Amino acid sequence: MSSSSENIIIVKNLVKKFGSFVANDHLTFEVKKGEIFGFLGANGAGKTTAIKILCGLSYPTSGELSVAGFDIYSQREKVKRNIGYMSQRFSLYDDLTVFENIRFYGGIYGLRKKEIDSRSHALMQRLGFESARNKLIRDIPLGWKQKLAFSVAILHSPKIVFLDEPTGGVDPVTRRQFWDMIYETSHDGITVFVTTHYMDEAEYCDRVSIMVDGKIAALDTPDNLKLTFGAASMNDVFIKLARG
Amino acid sequence: MPVTSVNVQHLTKRFGETLALDDITFDAGKGELFGFIGPDGAGKTTLFRIMTTLLLPDAGICKVEGYDVVKDYRKIRSICGYMPGKFSLYHDLTVEENLNFFATIFGTTIRENYDLVKEIYQQIEPFKDRKAGKLSGGMKQKLALSCAMIHKPEILFLDEPTTGVDAVSRLEFWEMLKRLKRSGITILVSTPYMDEAGLCDRVALMQNGRIMTINTPRNIIRNYPLSLLSVKAGDIYRLLGDLRKYPDVHSVYPFGQSAHVAFHGPDIEKESLEKFLNKKNHDVVEIMQVEATIEDCFMELMKTPGEVINH
Repeated sequence: MSSSSENIIIVKNLVKKFGSFVANDHLTFEVKKGEIFGFLGANGAGKTTAIKILCGLSYPTSGELSVAGFDIYSQREKVKRNIGYMSQRFSLYDDLTVFENIRFYGGIYGLRKKEIDSRSHALMQRLGFESARNKLIRDIPLGWKQKLAFSVAILHSPKIVFLDEPTGGVDPVTRRQFWDMIYETSHDGITVFVTTHYMDEAEYCDRVSIMVDGKIAALDTPDNLKLTFGAASMNDVFIKLARG
Repeated sequence: MPVTSVNVQHLTKRFGETLALDDITFDAGKGELFGFIGPDGAGKTTLFRIMTTLLLPDAGICKVEGYDVVKDYRKIRSICGYMPGKFSLYHDLTVEENLNFFATIFGTTIRENYDLVKEIYQQIEPFKDRKAGKLSGGMKQKLALSCAMIHKPEILFLDEPTTGVDAVSRLEFWEMLKRLKRSGITILVSTPYMDEAGLCDRVALMQNGRIMTINTPRNIIRNYPLSLLSVKAGDIYRLLGDLRKYPDVHSVYPFGQSAHVAFHGPDIEKESLEKFLNKKNHDVVEIMQVEATIEDCFMELMKTPGEVINH
């Protein structure tokens, strides 16, 4: 969505092997600043492996990678400070309150107490969560949790936020409200790197890559992908590619 | 009138403060592929656990093939196959050991009922010596379904079998269900994916412990009370914001690269909407009247909690 063409993620020939198994087979791609980048693939195609490497949680076997302007081998801690991460499986601590979770994440990312207070206040106001400030996470609805988890993931104003199946299980209205938040974030210049099994969500992305068997089988705008594969929807594109 | 396989009347279940099931009533016919569609927290799993006799209801009646879930639970357990939402096979047993285990529990053998599961099991049979924990998501699904079928059940309960599974495996799973259905078995299946509704004979749309509507997918779409336009323009983010400012608009939701705009009444002012958007400097790619999807219907029903229409 941004007019800037600055590349915030640069990946050249990324290879990751586990023994003789090649999980990522020479991945090469770039992601622009402020772009909403969809990272799709069948279960077991190698998405999670690649995301772990991009987040600085695992070393590649070979390849050149720069994330948020930092080298993935020598500047891992700087990479981690400049990215946010949210997944469906884990996001917030159930037995901490809404505010405690915000304070915890703020603290982890080195925000000062004053900053945490002002940002969490603004955040709760924007989400309309003021009444839930002191509620335990386990007592708030799933849709709220996901919005809060996303807000917390960008609390420290990262350059990139990684979203790993962020909308699983929520109702269609909440899912769309969540995408409104993603659009806003992208408009603010934060790059959004997202995986999903909802193919209509792939169409919300600026560009989409589809992994098949450890390789990137296609990468383009949703419109161009549909054109290239003569498909009516991203679902059809995906099925054509992943079924081989 | 077709024979009833599952009969549920005024079923209620509470967990502390939470009303997990709020006065649920429906019938599923013999041989029907019946879907429960709704997000997490709608009550799908609670309902499935009651129907499979794993949980007692607080109030209401639930009968499976004429047997009562409270009094006749033993009988029901022998005639139903259940695939829970969480993968609940034994991770440290092999594929074959798992299937053998479930066959033995129900007093049968793999050989006796091999024909029933053949089509599905054959796809994972090359890996029969692999531990179940080491299978891919799609293969786990196939094994779980085989285990749920090995005792030749009359009715299958599948709780979110396709959640978290990629689009290709989802498609293949539904193709399996369609073939299974031909054998006459009743299948009750739940899913959070609205696009799977169209694959069922009838569906119940669920939210917050209630059934909002029950009907064939076709009729649910036919009963959508609004007129719908699909609008596409260059900047979808800005488009959504401006559409919401258009007078008389009922709702605006993004659908992929388009926006669905709903209006009351049959008179759709395509031209005036286009003028409105042009004035706001949108390069409008297309405006066309479209039929509602199940997701449009679901979102509309969420807005208007009213009487359940049962057909």
